[in-house]
Amino acid sequence: MSVDLTQFIPSFLEESFEGLELMESSLLNLEQGDDETINSIFRAAHSIKGGAGTFGFDNVTEFTHLVETLLDEMRDGRRSIEQADVELLLESVDCMRLLLEAIRDEVECEQDKIIETSKLLAIALDGNSSENSQTTDSTAESSEESQAESNTGNNDNAEGSNSWQIEFIPEHHLVQTGNDPLLLFNALSDLGEVSIKANCKDVPALNDIDSEELYITWQLTLTSNASENDIREIFEWVEDECQLNITKEQTEQTAPPVEGPKSESIAEPLAESNLSPTDNTSENPTPTPSENDSIIKDKSVTKTKPDVGSIRVGVDKVDSLINLVGELVITQSMLSELGNDFDLTKIERLTSGLEQLLQNTKELQESVMRIRMLPISFAFNRFPRLVHDLSKKTGKDIELILKGEQTELDKTVMEQIGDPLVHLVRNAVDHGIEPSEVRIANGKSEKGTITLDAYHQGGNIVIEINDDGGGIDRKAVFDKALEKGIVDANSTLSDSQVFDLIFEPGFSTAKELSDISGRGVGMDVVKKNIQSLGGRIQVESEPGKGSTFKVNLPLTLAILDGQLVKVGSEVYIIPLITIVESLQTQSDLINRVSGDMVLYRLREDNVPVIPIYQLFNIASDNEKIENALLVVVEADGQKVGLLVDDLLAQQQVVIKSLNDNYQQVEGISGATILGDGSVAMILDIPGMIQMALKKAQKAQKNKQAEQVMLEGVSS
Amino acid sequence: MDIQALAAEVPVEGEYNLEGIDFISSGKQYLAFILAQEQYAVDILCVEEIRSWENPTKIPNAPSYIKGVINMRGIIVPIVDLRLKFSIGEANYSETTVVIVLTVEGDSSTRTIGFVVDAVSDVLNTEEEDIKNAPAFGGCVPQHYVAGLVNVGDNVVTLLNVEALQTIESHQLS
Repeated sequence: MSVDLTQFIPSFLEESFEGLELMESSLLNLEQGDDETINSIFRAAHSIKGGAGTFGFDNVTEFTHLVETLLDEMRDGRRSIEQADVELLLESVDCMRLLLEAIRDEVECEQDKIIETSKLLAIALDGNSSENSQTTDSTAESSEESQAESNTGNNDNAEGSNSWQIEFIPEHHLVQTGNDPLLLFNALSDLGEVSIKANCKDVPALNDIDSEELYITWQLTLTSNASENDIREIFEWVEDECQLNITKEQTEQTAPPVEGPKSESIAEPLAESNLSPTDNTSENPTPTPSENDSIIKDKSVTKTKPDVGSIRVGVDKVDSLINLVGELVITQSMLSELGNDFDLTKIERLTSGLEQLLQNTKELQESVMRIRMLPISFAFNRFPRLVHDLSKKTGKDIELILKGEQTELDKTVMEQIGDPLVHLVRNAVDHGIEPSEVRIANGKSEKGTITLDAYHQGGNIVIEINDDGGGIDRKAVFDKALEKGIVDANSTLSDSQVFDLIFEPGFSTAKELSDISGRGVGMDVVKKNIQSLGGRIQVESEPGKGSTFKVNLPLTLAILDGQLVKVGSEVYIIPLITIVESLQTQSDLINRVSGDMVLYRLREDNVPVIPIYQLFNIASDNEKIENALLVVVEADGQKVGLLVDDLLAQQQVVIKSLNDNYQQVEGISGATILGDGSVAMILDIPGMIQMALKKAQKAQKNKQAEQVMLEGVSS
Repeated sequence: MDIQALAAEVPVEGEYNLEGIDFISSGKQYLAFILAQEQYAVDILCVEEIRSWENPTKIPNAPSYIKGVINMRGIIVPIVDLRLKFSIGEANYSETTVVIVLTVEGDSSTRTIGFVVDAVSDVLNTEEEDIKNAPAFGGCVPQHYVAGLVNVGDNVVTLLNVEALQTIESHQLS
């Protein structure tokens, strides 16, 4: 019997990475006496170790074992939770990640960091010198075996090497908990020479054997200079499930060099043959060392498999999908039955059937889209560690607050927003939060706070990165822009326009470079990345109080509910979520104020009117504002009225990018294909508002310039 | 036309003289088209398809030579009027007006753009050495769009650089 274990390796890796994430975040939240957290970290480490053992990733097993030992001491209260240890454990998590990534990419792992960390771990552990040397040895995995061998050779003659008698009486259910005596014995043989005697007297008659139980006990003789602790450590994971008696004897009495290999050669097959009844039927076959090798070889053969990403989907989402498909099938059979002998009397049933089909399709589509939605905590998870590391590096005391982690976001958007967010957070730590002396001098609490918040707003998701630092130095930004020739010395810019300058390429006001940020590359990339996702970024900042970066992203990149409107001969689509209301203008509510600005009075609000035909320079059937159709839309808290010729249908549209073959167009977020095969543009409401603002400013400037010229002439 | 007369024109001497096979064995093929009485040609391997003219959807505030976008089997394809782009007179759309859709693979992506021309005329078979450099004396077509000149009978055909045609778009607007 052989199960191809390699097929489980991807899931092992996936689970392990999740485990590492859990360890990381728990470590960051670790407090004194918090048993539950320690336990969960411990469990995560333990399952990684267990899994790695099953697949024969010995270096992972060994390294994780050290981590576990340290954690175990914390768990038992033998060791108090020191910050230094937490740092060390975080380092170790990094190392484990490196090891696992090496396995995933099927490359050799860089050993330096791992050896170093495991040395540190070993030092941190209350161990004697022999333990230290043993642990460092074990990480240098390749040399380990030969080391162990030479140990054995030396041990027999070496002074102080002991012979240990180990009585190992496992409970019957030992193998069910995923432990394997064979692995334990292999681990023992790393310590020194082992001879094994299996005691099979408790094995019941064949008929009475429960194939998942273990009936054998063992008597082991170990010749090694290892301490009792080392041996106990090996049995640590089964000590609750077995009786273990370890007694010490002098070497000379039991283990003459000749006997070693002989006894081993007898014991090994014996142990294995005895194990076979249990082994054959237990679900995890145990690879012997030689099998391990072949697995590793197999892996390189199957390497060609393309890496297909996977997502975890909640069962409820899948269930609702299945329900919907069921309904769809019913509707389909109803319709086909109707079509079998159709006459005009059944037209009503046909219409209702089609309506039902429409409903089903819609719901199905929504459910399918929902599968791609993941809580944003996937993107947020890395920040506690990031901030922790950065705050250590910069010497600033920073608290990170995460909010709205359950806000759901399309997977593609999530994957692409990660890096820009990291950049923004780095910036907040490096530039935003001031050093604690400055904070205290300014009467703020010593601890800086960075808040990450995510929430839905209409069809968008908004991610806010807020810091309570010094805010953006408006003057510094303006001067820098002046220096770079981006702005004119006498141009008057609003605060937000000035802050937008930081997104210009090569812009940095940092007085000195640091390795975290400040080279002026990045913010423009951040903006570009966000824009390529169809999103926007805004900055708000108050001197001395801090800054907020608001990232606005579409929930999904695929589908949108739209209102079709007609302007001239063109059909445009207004995203339904931006629409506040549509109305027919009444002339007495139209006001022209402050020099030809048209405002429409909508109850309490005065809404500026933007005629689409003017903005887009197209012909329109109706250019009058009186008695026209006005679609009131809202974006970024600003309401505007879009003047349209006609309101057409509402429908869901599939968003197609204009970027692929053309480029980003101002005021247009994309295009779609209508039922008749023609193309319609989807309006980008915030973009249109920006456009209108720009246009108005330009017009004002021209007017002013004209005024100046006129005055010049007249004088 | 007399069928017999047509048949006589088909080369029959040897199998290698057959049209098509001859084309592949030597030089490159170009699709020739007419633009304001002048002949132009583009690399035929870039041609995705030749479509009849249909009214595109306008792109707001686009330059005048961008006529808009059309739906080509679910792909949004911008339409460029070559006459307007090369500023060789006004385009008038007639029954023979066609759109040549070209696809060029860029560094990371492929771009598909349709070009409005007056008519498609021929497929040229040209040896590399027959392509002559265009003299840099004026002309409406900017020099970097021209890949070379080819003599076809008494006429001179301008070979256009497809990459240049495709890439200019992105810098026109901002």
